[in-house]
Amino acid sequence: MKRILFKVGTMLTALMTAPVFAETNDQIEQYQLNMTKGVTDISAGVYDMHMLMFIICVVIGAGVFIAMFISMYFHRKSRGAKPANFHENVQVEIAWTVIPFIILIVMAIPAMNLLIDMEDASEPDVTVLVTGSQWKWHYKYMDNDVEYYSKMATQAEQISGKLAKGKNYLLEVDRPLVIPTGKKVRFLITSDDVIHAWWVPDFAVKQDANPGFINDAWAMVNEPGVYRGQCAELCGKDHGFMPIVVVAKEPAEYDKWISEQQAIQDQAKAEEQRLLAMNMTMEESMAIGEKVYNANCAACHMPNGEGLPGVFPALKGSQIALEDQPKHIDVLINGVTGTAMQAYAKQLTMSEIAAVVTYERNAWGNNTGDLVQAKDINSAMNGQ
Amino acid sequence: MTTATENTHTDDHHDDGHHEHHIPPGIKRWLYTTNHKDIGTLYLWFAFIMFLIGGAMAMVIRAELFQPGLQIVDPNFFNQMTTVHGLIMVFGAVMPAFTGLANWLVPMMIGAPDMALPRMNNWSFWILPFAFLILLSSLFMEGGGPAFGWTFYAPLSTTYSNDGTALFVFAVHIMGASSIMGAINVIVTIFNMRAPGMTWMKMPLFVWTWLITAFLLIAVMPVLAGAVTMVLTDKFFGTSFFDAAGGGDPVMFQHIFWFFGHPEVYIMILPAFGIISQIIPTFARKPLFGYASMVYATASIALLSFIVWAHHMFTTGMPVAAELFFMFATMLISVPTGVKVFNWVATMWRGSMTFEVPMLFAIAFIVLFTIGGLSGLMLAIVPVDFQYHDTYFVVAHFHYVLVTGAIFSIMAAVYYWLPKWTGKMFHIGLAKWHFWCSLVSVNVLFFPMHFVGLAGMPRRIPDYALQFADFNKWISIGGFAFGLSQLIFLALLIKACKKQGEPVSAQVWEGAEGLEWEIPSPAPYHSFETPPVVK
Repeated sequence: MKRILFKVGTMLTALMTAPVFAETNDQIEQYQLNMTKGVTDISAGVYDMHMLMFIICVVIGAGVFIAMFISMYFHRKSRGAKPANFHENVQVEIAWTVIPFIILIVMAIPAMNLLIDMEDASEPDVTVLVTGSQWKWHYKYMDNDVEYYSKMATQAEQISGKLAKGKNYLLEVDRPLVIPTGKKVRFLITSDDVIHAWWVPDFAVKQDANPGFINDAWAMVNEPGVYRGQCAELCGKDHGFMPIVVVAKEPAEYDKWISEQQAIQDQAKAEEQRLLAMNMTMEESMAIGEKVYNANCAACHMPNGEGLPGVFPALKGSQIALEDQPKHIDVLINGVTGTAMQAYAKQLTMSEIAAVVTYERNAWGNNTGDLVQAKDINSAMNGQ
Repeated sequence: MTTATENTHTDDHHDDGHHEHHIPPGIKRWLYTTNHKDIGTLYLWFAFIMFLIGGAMAMVIRAELFQPGLQIVDPNFFNQMTTVHGLIMVFGAVMPAFTGLANWLVPMMIGAPDMALPRMNNWSFWILPFAFLILLSSLFMEGGGPAFGWTFYAPLSTTYSNDGTALFVFAVHIMGASSIMGAINVIVTIFNMRAPGMTWMKMPLFVWTWLITAFLLIAVMPVLAGAVTMVLTDKFFGTSFFDAAGGGDPVMFQHIFWFFGHPEVYIMILPAFGIISQIIPTFARKPLFGYASMVYATASIALLSFIVWAHHMFTTGMPVAAELFFMFATMLISVPTGVKVFNWVATMWRGSMTFEVPMLFAIAFIVLFTIGGLSGLMLAIVPVDFQYHDTYFVVAHFHYVLVTGAIFSIMAAVYYWLPKWTGKMFHIGLAKWHFWCSLVSVNVLFFPMHFVGLAGMPRRIPDYALQFADFNKWISIGGFAFGLSQLIFLALLIKACKKQGEPVSAQVWEGAEGLEWEIPSPAPYHSFETPPVVK
């Protein structure tokens, strides 16, 4: 028996001392014990409230446990303790009903004041509409003509373990939200499909994104920096893979950034019109289509086009992908109501939609030979 | 009345001297049984098997979370595991175990010969295995089982779920029907079948807490049935209860669910309070401190449980006034809960304590449940709840109250009454191994979850950022150890059912008091056919 225990012990020691992932372990701080203080006045207030609660709870717990262990030690039969026979005491019972009540009031007052400050999203300097959808965030600046999707940037190979995991594994996105420091930024939060929750711990902001309803929250960030968070409401298969990254810039830099974005967005629109007149070759279409497919479609329909039986339909060999081309384009543009299939008209450009339709009609043995162009999408979108 | 009297007559005639002939051999005994002790045993074994199955799913979850990256299961299956683990532990393990204990103990504690409605008792048990067969079978069908969390928030459970949702809905309907029948039986038994002299304020606390629990069950299980039915019609029959596009509201689902769900939390802890209130006086050899205040505290917790539901929903975007109301109401619950803990400590104070296995579990319960209760108080504070909500801090909190709370109390109860049931003392060495292994591993498992939660790890994710890696490794090791520790319990129970061990006296434990300790050990198949008189 002893020898077995010793062996198990050695094995466990070996297991515990072995690093989980050799390359990156050293750089990442492990064993964070407490909540972040964050970078807003509100988040600092939340931290202080948390610590106040924590200390009160530790003191109460310690009191109860000390009383328990004193009686367990001194009032044990093996020490010859004879049982007393008291079984009620009105004064004591009133005391331990009333005193906790007073402690609760001591907690409730600062909590109430803090909550009222947190919920006051009035008179913002900047307003951003945050829309969750399976499994990405969409940011729209209400005061400027800038909007874009923000998707996780961690590669699938890192998740499956084929590549080493980077420092910000699962907490990195292609296009972060950018906000100015020292300004009151209001977030209007909603969803296109299921319920998500937009959470940035450093701002102490966590607000559910409910489809069909708009919630609000706000933050006034004190220090420039990069702040990371995650979706905090189970939203389906890739709930663990929709991070949030917010970059806070000095107001001057922010203004520069937003006007740049506006210019880029205008340019992209002009470019889209220009592309309408152009035809892509099959090779071009397949190459762009594959990229777009893997970024937007593969999460559900799988990289091999086979879907998840009973959950997400297969595209490989499907009737729509093989025969009904108008329906295929319609599904991409408008989505399918009552299912997880989103409308991609506002998410992708027309040439991207055209390329992905071409890709889906020619990949994985769907050899239809169909080649769809941006102008086909344009006419479908305009109801022609 | 006439019918009842006639029935009694025929039964009497039948029963005279033929007791043993009425127990059919083999499986038929268990299928046809209307005996409260047999049905109690069935419930308890069923709960234990479900505990092992639900535990195996927790092992899958912890194996996947042992290190960052996706190694063992895909995210869709991971979600099915978290969902079905929760459903099985709540509806398959904790609730049936308490019903099993009520079946065994309530009639023996109030001096009744059986439950008031024995045939319904049989029925309420035997529909349960079918409910869980339906639920578990969905895991093997195309599309898999439910993957939307045990809280099945719409529209993830409606528009965006797979067709297996129908199986989930029907399984929950059956579980609800079973619970309601069990609750009716407990209420009718306690109201009508107490022995002469067993007044309300003489009832053992386990009976009191179960009576109040039964009322909670009757009040809220129909609400759950309503919620799953609306999910069913939203998904399959085109209604829009929870779909804003059709005039509904997804947040309304959460209000309905938690109007069931919060009292449900107390359904799973009030009987535990009863058990601990039976065990502590026995091994402190001193009467329970503040019996009356215990009863009133239980009743106030039950009443308050109906007005705190939205504290599960602080981030859904409620008005400030509603958030404040639910915060204050929730904080209030800590007062009667505190009274209970203080009463238990006062019962130990100046007692003459010994530390047999049931007492070890009871003391562990008080300490660890108090930790879970205090983290619950922290969670009640709305502004900080915005940081805690849907993180591992919450996972730590509710596992402290459910595993080291409800499940430890069930284990304490089994060790306390097992010798009465079998007539033999259980294997004390194994029991102590079971206790100490469980106690250490359960804390390695759940305590670090507080830390990763505060550091920002959301719950219900199959993969996590690298800064959570080392704690998760410890949590998984604690999880595997806790899972393995339960196999010691299994071995002990098998030995006990084979009637191995030293014979015990009727009283079993030196300080035990109450009607159940006055009948011989093992408790005869029919007890209190003539009601005892309680002075």
